[in-house]
Amino acid sequence: MKTPLITCHDCDLLQRRISVPPGSAARCARCGAVLYRHVPNAVERTAALALAGLVLFFIANAFPLLSIRVGPEVVSAALPGAVLTLWAEGEHALSALVALTCIVAPALVLLFLLRVFLPLRRGRVARGTVPMLRALEAVQQWNMMEVFLLGILVTVVKLVKMATVIPGPGVWAFFVLIFLLAAATWAMDTEVVWDRLEDGA
Amino acid sequence: MIRGSALERGLAGCSVCERILRIPPGAGHAKLRCPRCGAAVHVRKPDSLRRTWALLIAAYVFYVPAMVLPITRITTLGQVQEDTIMSGVVYFVQNGEWPIGVVIFVASIFVPVMKLVILTLLAISVHRRSQWRPQDRTRLYRITEMVGRWSMVDIYVVTLLVALVRVGELANIDPGPAAFYFASVVVLTIFAANSFDPRLIWDRMETPRD
Ligand SMILES: [Zn+2]
Ligand SMILES: [Zn+2]
Repeated sequence: MKTPLITCHDCDLLQRRISVPPGSAARCARCGAVLYRHVPNAVERTAALALAGLVLFFIANAFPLLSIRVGPEVVSAALPGAVLTLWAEGEHALSALVALTCIVAPALVLLFLLRVFLPLRRGRVARGTVPMLRALEAVQQWNMMEVFLLGILVTVVKLVKMATVIPGPGVWAFFVLIFLLAAATWAMDTEVVWDRLEDGA
Repeated sequence: MIRGSALERGLAGCSVCERILRIPPGAGHAKLRCPRCGAAVHVRKPDSLRRTWALLIAAYVFYVPAMVLPITRITTLGQVQEDTIMSGVVYFVQNGEWPIGVVIFVASIFVPVMKLVILTLLAISVHRRSQWRPQDRTRLYRITEMVGRWSMVDIYVVTLLVALVRVGELANIDPGPAAFYFASVVVLTIFAANSFDPRLIWDRMETPRD
């Protein structure tokens, strides 16, 4: 059974749940915050997008993002390698921050989404679903892949006068992964999980 | 439509599963636990204003070395050139590459300053029980939540430059001390925005009783 009431996270207004047409969102009557969305086939969608995201995550990390050629020499940088170089330079805090925001957080988001929504497609609530959903919002906040992509762009512009810059396969995977993850979390609907818990209680 | 906040009716909503809880009498703003998903439910974020102020002040303090100290050190044939965030912006604008200058200026200077100023003003407005445009203040809060992350751009650029520029005539690029301070500012302002509770804006509104 759905709770007939909902509170707004931004202004605490208590309001009645209304049904919204597919593809649109219910907004707070007082401050305009998005309360919830109605995404058709939400569970299927999130699971499929996260699965595709997993493949791209490996490509994005295994292949170089950028290469530069200066004379005969070519230097390539993949994401894990760049993090390690920073660590070797003694910049441990920075290296950890880049690893957290571009590798660890996206990996955890993917892992949580897959672990929760793949079984949910077949109507099963996997073990660990609730703690993972509780942690998801905090983890998502530290996923900053889209900002890193802008960083790649700025780096290319900075280097292009000094050397030949070649985008690697990692960059394209990175680009697509950003959209897949954004779409997967946008479509996320956990109502089924809560309904199940309510019934089981 | 129902009027007023959940708190006024002795109710609170779980931020994870949206379940409505009854606040036990005398519990005040204490931490409750959601009976459905087990998440901690804060009627209001704990110690919101004090924590926001502490983090904001720390961010202001770190912002100074982030701007003054060099963010990159470029060594070419034994010669060392140090660049601050600002000198980088000036360099690109002077060389006619203003789009990239603008990107770095917005991400590294405008966004963090705007975020600090907005959060400071929001905290002051709550202290002073301001009645000024609560919708717009909530919107400002949501903006600070959204844009803060984009300040990380410069950190990522330094990361990539350090990894790429290691050979040939391009010589060597090392991160300067400002990189650490700047990253700290970004992280501190993210925590500051997290600890501010926009519901406090609405709690202070004198709602007309009818
Ligand atoms: Zn609201
Ligand atoms: Zn809950």
